[in-house]
Amino acid sequence: MRYLPKSPAERDEMLATIGVRSIDDLFSSIPDRFRLREALNLPGPYSEPEIIEYFKRRAKESSVGYTSFLGAGVYNHLRSVVTDTIIQRGEFLTSYTPYQAEISQGTLQAIFEFQTLMCQLTGQEVANASMWDGSTATTEAVLMAERITRRRRVLVARSLHPEYREVLRTYAKNSGLEVEEISFGQDGSLNQKTLESKMGDDVAALVVQSPNFFGVIEHTPTLADRVHARGALLIVAVTEGVSLGVVRPPAEADVVALEGQSFGLAPSYGGPFVGVIATHEKFVRQMPGRLAGQAKDSSGRRGFVLTLAAREQHIRREKATSNICTNQALCALAATVHMTLLGKEGLREMAEQNLSKAHFALGELEKIPGVRRAFEAPFFNEFTVSLPRSVDSVNQLLLREKIVGPLALDAFYPELPNHALVCVTETTTRAQIESLSSELRMAVALASEAR
Amino acid sequence: MNHTIQNASRHVSRDEGLIFEKTSPGKRAFDLPPLDVPAVDPAKALGADYRSEGVTDFPEVSEIEVLRHFTRLSTWNYAIDIGMYPLGSCTMKYNPRVNELVARLDGIATEHPFQPQVLSQGCLKIMRLLEQCLLEITGMDALTLQPAAGAQGELTGLLLIRAYLEHNGNARKKVLIPDSAHGTNPATAVIAGYEVENIRSDSHGQIDVEKLRELVTEDVAALMVTNPSTLGIFEQRIADIAEILHDKGALLYMDGANMNALAGVTRPGDFGVDVMHLNLHKTFSTPHGGGGPGAGPVAMKKFLEPFRPIPVLIEKGTGELMLDNDRPQSIGRVKAFSGNFGVLVRALAYILAYGPGIRQATEDAVLNANYIRKHLEGVFALPYSMPSMHEVVFSDALQKAKGVNTMDIAKRLIDHGFHPYTTAFPLIVPGALMIEPTESESKEECDLFIDAMRAIAAEAATDPDLVQHAPHTTRIGRLDEVAAARKPRLRWSQTNG
Repeated sequence: MRYLPKSPAERDEMLATIGVRSIDDLFSSIPDRFRLREALNLPGPYSEPEIIEYFKRRAKESSVGYTSFLGAGVYNHLRSVVTDTIIQRGEFLTSYTPYQAEISQGTLQAIFEFQTLMCQLTGQEVANASMWDGSTATTEAVLMAERITRRRRVLVARSLHPEYREVLRTYAKNSGLEVEEISFGQDGSLNQKTLESKMGDDVAALVVQSPNFFGVIEHTPTLADRVHARGALLIVAVTEGVSLGVVRPPAEADVVALEGQSFGLAPSYGGPFVGVIATHEKFVRQMPGRLAGQAKDSSGRRGFVLTLAAREQHIRREKATSNICTNQALCALAATVHMTLLGKEGLREMAEQNLSKAHFALGELEKIPGVRRAFEAPFFNEFTVSLPRSVDSVNQLLLREKIVGPLALDAFYPELPNHALVCVTETTTRAQIESLSSELRMAVALASEAR
Repeated sequence: MNHTIQNASRHVSRDEGLIFEKTSPGKRAFDLPPLDVPAVDPAKALGADYRSEGVTDFPEVSEIEVLRHFTRLSTWNYAIDIGMYPLGSCTMKYNPRVNELVARLDGIATEHPFQPQVLSQGCLKIMRLLEQCLLEITGMDALTLQPAAGAQGELTGLLLIRAYLEHNGNARKKVLIPDSAHGTNPATAVIAGYEVENIRSDSHGQIDVEKLRELVTEDVAALMVTNPSTLGIFEQRIADIAEILHDKGALLYMDGANMNALAGVTRPGDFGVDVMHLNLHKTFSTPHGGGGPGAGPVAMKKFLEPFRPIPVLIEKGTGELMLDNDRPQSIGRVKAFSGNFGVLVRALAYILAYGPGIRQATEDAVLNANYIRKHLEGVFALPYSMPSMHEVVFSDALQKAKGVNTMDIAKRLIDHGFHPYTTAFPLIVPGALMIEPTESESKEECDLFIDAMRAIAAEAATDPDLVQHAPHTTRIGRLDEVAAARKPRLRWSQTNG
């Protein structure tokens, strides 16, 4: 087998050195009745070309050749070949968690740069080395707020990504947290009246997403004032990091839980992505996940180490801030390289292109009879429209034209029938937007006739 | 001082500052195609309140500088691609490159988790085949690919247990965890809402079965066992352990971190395990990437199936695959979207390369560990003499007399051209040296490692100072971790840079 570096003679020689007759003798501690007699029933062994062939066949049963208007937490953005070149370097790809600092400085310095970029992006003071994704980062932010405030009620915007809310519920169920939803108002942003009525001195945190699931940007300074007045924390989830190139960061939030997929990571059918938690310095000891910090060696040279490990499971065991161990380091590296490539101007330009294209798309769609903008609050690269027909029926017709239409919201929000979430990024061309617009016009009409 | 080192010599290591120290306004490394729609004024579109003028202090550098910066950083890392990386419990094996290629194919990397299922059959078939392979390897009945890593797999497993017990009327209070377990186990049990009761290993490093019999009451939900244990020893009475638990209505959870000792040789489903997780980034070769991403699929017996996290991969009558979210008894969702799909792709590519031959990988891993053990026994103290599987745990007891501890030996190993083994774990062995070579090491590489370890033992006896102050050949020496934690500096800024 090509991955195994031993000849039969070498195996025999090693067995002889050990002093056993056959390899089976080395498994003698496994009770005989549990040792497999037959070979496993697995496909293979395949040569390299056969493996590639198998996956190429699978890759054909896909959306290749379609234009997509899906976002909802997973975004198509430009990526540079430089990013992939770097993360495929064996020194990054095939190294472990940097516990041995002297021979892991590459990874450690890159994490330190990641943490810095994330602080700059979110307007926060400290950021960790990564979480599994935005959904688990949001959940961990809530658990963190519970530790800081010692309160157990959590208010969660209904406009937080539905799957993020589900993950939070899974974790909250057994930790004694009470999760209550706050509805959205007419303009798509958090309903402030509901917030006022549910707010209390027993609330640990309010969780909002901005831009929220409907694409609407929340006015986080106002929310922070409301929440802080009652001693609670404001947690802001960001699923679309590129927005921060043009939208002011939620610096007034106590914790920001960000999904970094937009920075150099492929959609990859939902993962692996990279979550991050950013917060104020005063909360750092309640933070989950790894942290890289600056240090000096005995000659005074600058280096980086994993630090504040006293929060973590391998030291604290059942008293740890989280059970996370393996995180998303290589994805964080990809995001670091990507953000460094983008730089200040590139990120601003990318963000402004998203803004312009999404507003152009809305203008085009609004020309279609019966299609209306659902929410008036400002948006970035996603917006919600209502259609005169069911989104599913329209999308069926769009699919025939090789368009993956906007996300039907009714699966997540029964109160929003016929509503669709449209996403347009810098990768969407004007021609594709115009094609969506004309096909949607026909689809609406056809679906209407079909009735 | 005679320390000829065969495996390494000095080389030039470039200095490189932080990227923020290279920035100069106006430089760019990324150009976008021109905007093909009318530009909107952000202040107008967003309102002055919401608008930002750009991220303060974000880098401004060129493409060559970015490439060089990260390339230089990369040269400061050790990696499997460079040599043996014998971190116990981490299974640092070769990461096949074809896996990287297939995970990046258009039609795999490009797919959106919310796209119509009719366009997702390729992705779903990959998930389906991986599920089938992992079920065959573990001998279990059902599986979820959702968990993002081992620790999330553990949580998923415990939530399955809780849901099942609750369904039967009583979720119970406690989870038993051996003192040799990974730190994630107790941390996970707490998140699942359980109290942790640590149980002590017997003098052979095995679970004390008679003691266990006393401890398992109607309050106990489960035992979390790592098998082989973190001592690299197979729990010989695993079936008795399962029986004791089952008799009291409790379940057996297996941490599959050490599955590299078992794949193709024995199956947890056959020896009484009810639910377990696998680490695809260990046993199934997906790259560690400096700490992730991983994936922690959970395999279970039939009776736990209804509680699986959503989404659940199912086959419709038509043969079409779909992700089903309508599962009334499910523990809920543990992660957004469809698991760490890109990691799943790589793991399947690994399994396809071996097929049933995966047994050979397991055998070679165990062969390597025992070969190293044979050569180092007597040179280093062996606290538990039970047969080793895929890893061997020594202690620094013999070197302690000269004031040399496991961390010193580990650091000196760096000078000899190797990544250190896992130090000071498992906790039940004071001064542990936990060595897991994996099947990816040739006899030659094992011999070099053995030579290095023997040389260090000799150095510890004759020149302990040399070992205590290692490493001597790295670009930086040991860093002051205590000072770093006392006044943490966790980011660069204009003022502290």
